[in-house]
Amino acid sequence: MRSKLLSLILMLIAVLIVSVQPICLAQEEVEEEEEEVWGGADGEAGDQIIVINPNYEPWFESIWEPPSGEIESMLFSLQAAIGALIIGLFFGYYYALKKQET
Amino acid sequence: MHIMEGFLPPMWAAFWFAISLPVVVYGIIKLNKLIKEKPQTKSLLAVAGAFAFVLSALKLPSVTGSCSHPTGTGLGAICFGPAIASVLATIVLLFQALFLAHGGLTTLGANVFSMGIVGPVVAYIVFKTCRKVNLGVLIAVFFAAALGNWATYVTTSIQLALAFPAIDGGFMESFKIFATIFAITQIPLAIFEGLLTALIMKYIIQVRGDITDQLNVTTKAVSS
Repeated sequence: MRSKLLSLILMLIAVLIVSVQPICLAQEEVEEEEEEVWGGADGEAGDQIIVINPNYEPWFESIWEPPSGEIESMLFSLQAAIGALIIGLFFGYYYALKKQET
Repeated sequence: MHIMEGFLPPMWAAFWFAISLPVVVYGIIKLNKLIKEKPQTKSLLAVAGAFAFVLSALKLPSVTGSCSHPTGTGLGAICFGPAIASVLATIVLLFQALFLAHGGLTTLGANVFSMGIVGPVVAYIVFKTCRKVNLGVLIAVFFAAALGNWATYVTTSIQLALAFPAIDGGFMESFKIFATIFAITQIPLAIFEGLLTALIMKYIIQVRGDITDQLNVTTKAVSS
């Protein structure tokens, strides 16, 4: 039991380190660069395409776009929430079932 | 790794569709067969899909100063094989293309190829190889998911470089540009995805080790 707890804590720490360290590391860059920082890599690639080939015109537009950044974040959270709900249901259900068996 | 809507010339868009479509169709056939033969795996299938949903919605900051996201397809690939993982990835990508204007319908073929095919295939091969050399299940899961994630982004860089070779230097020059954006940004995120996938696998084995045994994920671990 103790080793299980330890491995869990170690893993959570690792997850934290990996997700937080870039913010600290890139702090200097944030001040130097004038362009948008912490933008999406996908959009950056789009910008580079225009740099490489200035004549390129995107030939198709998204059928529907979230009307604002806020609505977009809402939809992204919704996506995560749907997934988290299913994962929670699975673990809750089988955890309780296992507990009942023993 | 989402190539934005309209940002692939029609010829390349069609090319990637032609490659991805048969794999996804094969995946759907395999999926139906799996549900028929092993209906008890349905709950794990839902978790694998849900995991990809959660992870691909998390845009995380990275060392290069831009944000990118994990793919979450490694889990599905390890449990069910790359073909079924490609179906799960297609669902996620379609959701994002339609409701989030993230990725796109014209670039769906290319995005499915990187996130739904190359990523899962790499994850699957890495997992099986790690298990062959007797590494523990969770360590194998870590490497599989991390490398699968990274391979996805390298593939996107190759796809963009093929479609947009630089005037000076051609493919290699473009590849360098796109790889800087995607492949380097992705290194910490790949490690993150590897750890998270290993974590969820640990719990899956705890509550439903019987299913992972049936899917040959954990069977060889008995000896070690």
